[in-house]
Amino acid sequence: MAPLDDAKPTTVTDVRGPDGHPLDIPRLACGAMADLQSFPAHVKHNERLGYPGELIDDWKEVAIAKIGELADKNRAFQVYLDACVKCGACTDKCHYFLGTGDPKNMPVARQDLLRSVYRRYYTFAGKHFPWLVGARDLTREVLDDWYNYYHQCSQCRRCSVFCPYGIDTAEISMAAREILDTVGKGQKYCNEIIGKVLDTGNNLGLQEKALRATLESLEEDIEEDTGVSVRIPLDEKGADILLIAPSADFFAEPHIEGLIGYAKVFHQAGVSWTVSSYASEAANFGLFIGSYENMREVSLRIRKAAQDLGVKRIVFGECGHAWRVGYSFLNTLAGPFDFLDQNFPIPQHILEFTHGMLERGELNIDKSRNDHIRLTFHDSCNVARGSRMGDMPGGQFEIPRAVLRAVCNNYFDMDRDTIMESTVCCGGGGGLLTDELLDLRTKGASPRMKAMQQVTEDHGVTHLAAICAICKTQFAKVMPKFGYDMDSILSVHQLVSNAIILDGQETNNTSAAED
Amino acid sequence: MLSTLYAVLFYFATILLVVGTGLKIRKYARTPAPLKIPTTPAPTTRSGVWLRMFREVVFFESLFKANKWIWLFGYLFHFGLLLVLLRHFRYFTQPVWFWVEIIQPFGVYASFAMVIGLAGLWARRFLVERIRYISAPSDHLMLVLLLAIGLSGMGMKFVAKTDIVAVKIFFQGLMRFQINDLPTDPLLLIHLGLVASLMIIFPISKLLHAPGLFFSPSRNQVDNPREQRHLAPWAAKLEKGGR
Ligand code: SF4
Ligand code: SF4
Ligand code: SF4
Repeated sequence: MAPLDDAKPTTVTDVRGPDGHPLDIPRLACGAMADLQSFPAHVKHNERLGYPGELIDDWKEVAIAKIGELADKNRAFQVYLDACVKCGACTDKCHYFLGTGDPKNMPVARQDLLRSVYRRYYTFAGKHFPWLVGARDLTREVLDDWYNYYHQCSQCRRCSVFCPYGIDTAEISMAAREILDTVGKGQKYCNEIIGKVLDTGNNLGLQEKALRATLESLEEDIEEDTGVSVRIPLDEKGADILLIAPSADFFAEPHIEGLIGYAKVFHQAGVSWTVSSYASEAANFGLFIGSYENMREVSLRIRKAAQDLGVKRIVFGECGHAWRVGYSFLNTLAGPFDFLDQNFPIPQHILEFTHGMLERGELNIDKSRNDHIRLTFHDSCNVARGSRMGDMPGGQFEIPRAVLRAVCNNYFDMDRDTIMESTVCCGGGGGLLTDELLDLRTKGASPRMKAMQQVTEDHGVTHLAAICAICKTQFAKVMPKFGYDMDSILSVHQLVSNAIILDGQETNNTSAAED
Repeated sequence: MLSTLYAVLFYFATILLVVGTGLKIRKYARTPAPLKIPTTPAPTTRSGVWLRMFREVVFFESLFKANKWIWLFGYLFHFGLLLVLLRHFRYFTQPVWFWVEIIQPFGVYASFAMVIGLAGLWARRFLVERIRYISAPSDHLMLVLLLAIGLSGMGMKFVAKTDIVAVKIFFQGLMRFQINDLPTDPLLLIHLGLVASLMIIFPISKLLHAPGLFFSPSRNQVDNPREQRHLAPWAAKLEKGGR
C-alpha cells in the first residue's frame, strides 16, 4: 500500500460481521453504484408540486439557468461551489462511500458532479479552459449521473462537520434535486409523498376518520395495559399543546410505542393536548428536494392548525428531519408565532418536555422495567448536525442520553467517532427510504451497524434507540441483515413508556410493556 | 524595458486581484442565506461565532478532526506562507516595521515549512487514490505554482543571491508610480512572474476558499432560529405574495 494512504482493503460487499472498524476506508470501486436508480416520479406527482410532468425538451438550458438562479438566491450554494480546494478531507466521511466504495459517493466527488457543470458555464476558467479545471458540458449522461448520485445522499451533513470550509454536500444535493425537479426529472418517493401531505395532511395519505379510529384503539391498548385511561386527543379546540408527530407514529412499529410514551408523559404532566388531522405530519419532505416553496407550504399547515385549534404551544414528536425543519426553519417558513405562549420554546421537542419533567422529579419511573434491555443510542443526523435541544449547544446529545439514562439501567455509547456530531447516518434518510434503494440503504447502514456490533461484543448491547421516524423504519428493515431482530430498534419514548408508572397504574404485573 | 514590463504586470495583477476578489466578496455578501443552516452544535451568540471562526482560521479545527495528514501539511504550508508573506513586508516598508524585523529570522525557516507542506500535499494527490480521483490538472498546477514560487524565493536567499536592495527600490518606486530598474537575475524574474500569475488567478480559482470561509453559512451563522426569525429578502417578497 502506498505510504500516506489511509485506505484499507476491506471487502465492500461483505456487510456482515464485526470485523474491522466501523469507519474503515474501502478501496475505490469505480461505478459500483452506477446502475442503481431510484424510481422516477409519475407525471401527476411532479405536476402536483408545480414541476413539469416529464423531462422537458429544453432541459439543458433550463437546468443551466437554474444553477445561476440558485447561486443568486442561496449563499451556501454559491460559496460551496467556489470554495472547495479538493483537499480530500471529506472523502472518507460519507457512510455511502464507506459502504459502497463508489468514488462518486465521496462528498467532494458528489459535489463535483454539479460543480463541474457550474464551472463550465459560470466561471472564466471553465469557459475557456474546461480540461484544466475539470469542467464538463451538461449532457444527458451528466444529468443521469446527477439523478443517480444525488439520490445516494441522505443529506446527513456528516461531511460538512469535517470540511475546513464547512461545505455541506447536503446543500448541493438539495439544489441538484431542485434543478432535476425543475426540468421534470423528479423522484417518485419524495414527490409522491409531498403531494400526499398537501392533499391529506400526512405522508401516508391517512384520512381523518382512519386516524381517529387508530388513536382510539391506541387509547384502549394503553388502558388495557395499565388500567389507566390515557387520552390521545384529535382536533380538540382550545387544547394547550399541539403535538406534531411523524405520521409513522400512528401506524408503524416501533414508532407507535413512542407515541404511547408521549401520551403517558402528557397525561402525567396534566396538560391538555391534541393531535391535528390537518397537520398530522411532522416530516417535511420539501427539505429533501431543496424546495423552499414546498417546504413552506407544508410548514404553513402547522401554523394554520395551531391557529385553528387555538393552542398555546407546539411540541414535535420524535423525527430527525422534521426536527431540523421544526427547530431551524419553522420560524422562518411559517413564523412569526406571536400568537403562541412565548414562555416556551417554539417549537419544543418532546424530549425537551420529558427531560424537564424528569429533572423536576415529576415522573414516577421504575428503571428496572427496562432491565431486559441493554441499550445504545443512534444520534439522528439531522438532530445532531442540523438542530439543537435545550439552551446549550450540544443539548441535542445530552438530553436524549439523560432521558435514556433516567429510564434504563444499562446504557452504553458507541464508538465516539460514530456518535454525536460525528454520527453516521442510518442509511435511509433524505428521501432514500424506498424499496428500490434497499441495496444502497443496507451498505450505507454498515458503518452504524458495525459500531453497534462493537458495543454488542463489548457490553452485550441488545437494543438501539432512535429519535427519528426514518431511522426507525430503516433500522427495522436492515438490522436483520446484520444479525439483529427487527424489533431491536426502539423509540426513545418507548423506553420512557416502559418505565413510567402512571398515577393509579397497577404495578403487580412487572413484565415490561415492551412486547 | 524589462523593468517596465514587470511594472505593468504587477499593476495589472494587483488590480485584478483587488477588483476580482472584491467583486466575489461583494457577490457573497449580497447573496442571501434563505435558511439557518449552521452545522450544529453551533455557537448561540455572535461572539461565539467569532470564536468558532477564529479556531477555524488559526487552528484549522475541522480539518484537524478530519484528517491529521492533511492538517499537518496544510498547516505547515499555510503558516509557513503567512510568515514568509509577513517577512516580505520588509521590501515594501521604509523604515522596516519593527515587528517585521522581529519575525525576519523565522520567516526564513518558514519557507522550509511551506515547501515541505506543499510537497506533502502534492504527494497525497498522487499516492492516495481517493485524492488522486478528485484532483483536476489545475489542482496539481496550483501546487506546482506555489512550490515554484517558494523554491525560487529560497533559491535567491540561499543559492544565488539577488540585489535585494535594488528590488526594494523597484517596488517602493511602484508604490509611488515610478519605474526604477529591476535586477535581471533569472531566479528573481521567475519568482516575480509566478507571483504575479498567482495574483491574477486568485479571484478566478479555488483560492477563493480564503474569503469563502468567512461567508460559509454552516460556519458563520448563529444558532438561534427559535429566538430570532431569519428571513431572506426574496422570501419576504414570496410571503407578501399571499400566505
Ligand atoms: S450529506 Fe451525508 S450522505 Fe450526503 S455526501 Fe455528505 S456524508 Fe454523504
Ligand atoms: S473537505 Fe471541503 S474543501 Fe476539502 S475536498 Fe471536501 S468539500 Fe472540498
Ligand atoms: S433518517 Fe435518521 S440517521 Fe438517517 S439521515 Fe435522517 S436523521 Fe439521519
